[in-house]
This record gives sequence, C-alpha cells and structure tokens, in this order.
Amino acid sequence: MKELKASMAGTVLNILAAEGDAVSAGQAVITIESMKMEIPIEAEFGGTVDKVHIEVGGFVNEGDTLITLSE
Amino acid sequence: MTRTSETTGYNERLEQKLKAIFAGGQQKYHEKMKESNKLFVRDRLRLLFDDGTYSEDGRFANVEAGDLPADGVVTAIGKINGQTVCVMANDSTVKAGSWGSRTVEKIIRIQETAEKLQVPMLYLVDSAGARITDQLDMFPNRRGAGRIFHNQVRMSGMVPQVCLLFGPSAAGGAYIPAFCDIVIMVEGNASMYLGSPRMAEKVIGEKVTLEEMGGARMHCSVSGVGDVLVSSEQEAIAEARRYLTNFPANFAMKPEKLEGKAAKAGRALEEIIPENQNAPFDMYELIDQLIDEGSFFDIKKLFAPELITGLARIDGQVVGILANQPKVKGGVLFGDSADKGAKFINLCNAFSIPLLFLADVPGFMIGTKVERAGIIRHGAKFIAAMSSATVPKISVIVRKAYGAGLYAMAGPAFEPDICIALPTAQIAVMGPEAAVNAVYSNKIEAIEDPKERLQYVQQKHQEYKEEIDIYRLASELIVDEIVAPHDLREVLIQRFSFYESKDLPLPYRKHGVFPV
Repeated sequence: MKELKASMAGTVLNILAAEGDAVSAGQAVITIESMKMEIPIEAEFGGTVDKVHIEVGGFVNEGDTLITLSE
Repeated sequence: MTRTSETTGYNERLEQKLKAIFAGGQQKYHEKMKESNKLFVRDRLRLLFDDGTYSEDGRFANVEAGDLPADGVVTAIGKINGQTVCVMANDSTVKAGSWGSRTVEKIIRIQETAEKLQVPMLYLVDSAGARITDQLDMFPNRRGAGRIFHNQVRMSGMVPQVCLLFGPSAAGGAYIPAFCDIVIMVEGNASMYLGSPRMAEKVIGEKVTLEEMGGARMHCSVSGVGDVLVSSEQEAIAEARRYLTNFPANFAMKPEKLEGKAAKAGRALEEIIPENQNAPFDMYELIDQLIDEGSFFDIKKLFAPELITGLARIDGQVVGILANQPKVKGGVLFGDSADKGAKFINLCNAFSIPLLFLADVPGFMIGTKVERAGIIRHGAKFIAAMSSATVPKISVIVRKAYGAGLYAMAGPAFEPDICIALPTAQIAVMGPEAAVNAVYSNKIEAIEDPKERLQYVQQKHQEYKEEIDIYRLASELIVDEIVAPHDLREVLIQRFSFYESKDLPLPYRKHGVFPV
C-alpha cells in the first residue's frame, strides 16, 4: 500500500481517478488549485486506487495523503 | 652511465616501496570494492585525468607503518580538459579511507597548492572519517582536520571546488561536500551523515536505514546537500569533467567560449507557452529552444524542481539559467527553491558566468506552513544573491511575474542589463483573480444576484488586465523590450555578446550582512 501525498497546500480542483481504477506512474490523478495555479499531482508509482481521501473543493495541506494505491 | 650494484640496489628498494604503495590496502578490501561496483582510487584517477596521467605528492606518507600506503589518501596534480587541477582522493582499501595526521597534512598541502596555482580543487571522497585512535594528531590542532574546511572556505569563489562522493562522508568529514561548489553522488554507495544509523539508535533511540538518513537519493532530492545523482562512478567522473568545461580555472579568468551549436529541433516557443496563465507547461522544452543542443548541465535537478537551475551554452557562451517550472507546484517559489536559486547565483557570479532568468512565477508560497519555516528569510537569500550579482543579467518575463517572484527573477528594480517581455508577459503585485478579490471583496459579497455578481467580477478582471497590459508597461519603460518568442534565442545571443565587457565596481565595504 502506497500513499500519494499533496506536494503543496491548496484546494482540490479535480479528481481524475476513482477507487478501483488502475493508474500508471507519471499519470496525473488529481489537480490542486493553489496560488491560482492548476497543479497536476502525478502518481509516483503505478497501482490500483484503493482509497480516495479527499473531495473536490476541500483544502489539503502539504504532505496530506490524497490517495492510497495498492500494487 | 654504467649502473653500479649499489645504485641498482637503491632503485630496487625504491621500486619495492612504490609497488607496495600503488597496491593500496589488503586484497580482501579490493574484492569488497569490486562487489559494490566501486573502483580502486588509482583507477578513478586514471579515468578523471586527461590521458589517465597525473603526478602524486606525498606518496611515501606513513610508509614506515607498513600497512598504511600513502596514509589512505592520494593527492595528485594533472590536467582535466587541458586545464591543470589538484585532486585529493581517499583510498578506502586503507583503513576504510580514514584520516590520520599525514592524511590530513596531505589534503591541506594539495589545497595550498591549488590556491597558489589558482586552479580547481577536486575532492574524491570515500572515507569513514577520523581515526579516533590518532585524534590528538589529526583533529584539534592548527593543521588538523579543521584546517581542511578553513581552506575550503578561504578558497571558495577563488577556484572551483568539486566533490565526487563515492562512499561515505561521515561526521566532520561530511563538511567537505558542504563547502564545495557542487556535489556529485553515486546512488547506492555515496552517503553523508553527521552520526551513523548505529549512533542515532544508541544516542537518540531512532531506528533508521543509511539510505533513508544519509543516502545519495535523499541528499539530492530532500536535503539539497547533493547536486547531481548518478548511477556509477564512471558517470560521476564524466559529469565532473563535463561540469568543469563551463568554468575558468579561477575567479580572475573568464569561461572559455566554444563554437556555437544550433538549438535542438522542436516546437516553436509560441506553441510551447499556453495562453492561459494558470495552465502548466514544461519549461525544459522552452529552455531547449534557447540553448545549444546538448549543452545543459542541470544542477539540483531533483531538489526543489519548481525552480530549474543549470549551466548551458548559448551560441557557445556559457550562461547560468534560472527558470521557474510551471509543471511542478505551479512554479511557485518555496524556501528550498529560494536556497537553490541563491547558491546557484553565487556560483555563477563567482566565476563570471552571465545569468539568464526565465520568469513564469505566481510568487512565493503563502500559508502557515511556509511562514513558520521562515519563507521570508529564505526568499531574502535568493533576492540578496541576485541583487549582489555583478555578472551580466538578462531577465525574460515569459508569462506571469507576480509579487516578490518578480524581484527574485531579476525584475527591473534589480538592474538587469535588459528586462525582456514576451507578448504573454504579465507583471503585477498579484494575478487578476487574487487582486480583484483583495480590492473588491466587500462589494462582490454585497451583490446578491449571482449573475450580476459574476458580471461585476468579470468586468473588474478585464479592467485589471488592461491596467497591467504589457504594452502599457513597455510604454512606461518598465520593461525594456517586447520580443516575439521565436526571436528570443537570437536576441539573447546578441545581448549577451554586447554585455561581455560589463564591469561593475563592488560597493565600498567589507561585506554585506547576508541573510541566512
């Protein structure tokens, strides 16, 4: 089980993968809006989305877990 | 001349001694090196120097001890890319490359040689640290280990200092990389730490692996003490040689200009840069269109990647590039990116390498987390370094340059030799959305009809955009020039050649109180 964490503080703009989806390393899975910029958050490793911990419009702080992936 | 039996005897003795010295430590340690893909110190040096040739000093250090050939360090002088350089290289087959009194004396002497000759100094580090049994002879005295660091600090900015880390650099020894201009680390073998994992467990109760606490990847991506992560010693040596092609022998000379090469074939800048200020793009693709193909030397690529710092050639002339990376964290500046920028500017300025700033920056990060971490203090380092740099500085506003981001990226107030705007440039205290919110939030909230409210906001956005229109800023002489993106490379080539003779006197004082 691996965790994908927020690289910076901001608001969740889009969630591009749902629980059960297979994602590959480098794929953008979430967009955060921060400092008025769209920040793509890419999966650092491939796997299946086990749990999405956030919702669109919610605030995330740097280091918060966004998604858990299982291999 | 005929040889007498007596002189033959002398020579035999010399040859025997040299043979033992050149062999290094015991065979079992050589085997261990091979197992972990490490090269013997003298093989490293053969790869490093032109034609594999070099001259050694202090070869006979501690020869009487018998089991400490060269006292665990080779100090050498030779040529790299035709330029004389001095090198110290630990031999980890000899007592794990640990330092005794003669080891330290040899290192100090080769540093003194580099300073006298005004040539680059390289440190090939692979050492367990001090020989604690010999501490009084090598640690606290005037020519003890501290002197190595004292020399490094003294020589900083005088001659290039490069560290290649092949193994551990432990405890006090870990300051050798810290005082170098650049640290190249071999993944899996190189490590830096003040206290080993074993010591951490005993003294503070922490259980941690060497890789997690002081490994090459950690230092090159998290702590920022490492600059270049490589996968083998051969690659480390090739990168060090490539790095040095960008530098003069010392601060009084200028980097050598080579014959220019065309930029890499690729999309035009017009296609690379999205019109929407808030959409990400890859700044590396833009850099490729400005520089001579294959000339980029990325420094701290994995650390704070929201700011790209690297050396490159533009029509054969070395330049230092600082560019915001919109693809990572929106190109927002953080404490680590500020540190990265400050050190890179200091490096370039010390060795007469002109600076090119490519700005696309929403500003410095805000929020509790970064304020508590002292983002103002870190940002001040970046701005102070940029402001103090006296080499030619060209500032290109690629898209947005908001707030103190404009300052850090050599905005007009910091005397860039020219501030060039692309037609997509947008300079302001903050972006339109944030500004309209800041100024009109009470009025916006007071409008009850959502449609009317949206209309009002859009109208204010429009008014704001007109106010910061780049032609208005050019008309007010805030930016010096607006350039079509496809002309940018040619404009940079011309401008850098005009500014070659720039010579600014330093302010009359001892030194500034540099923010840290």
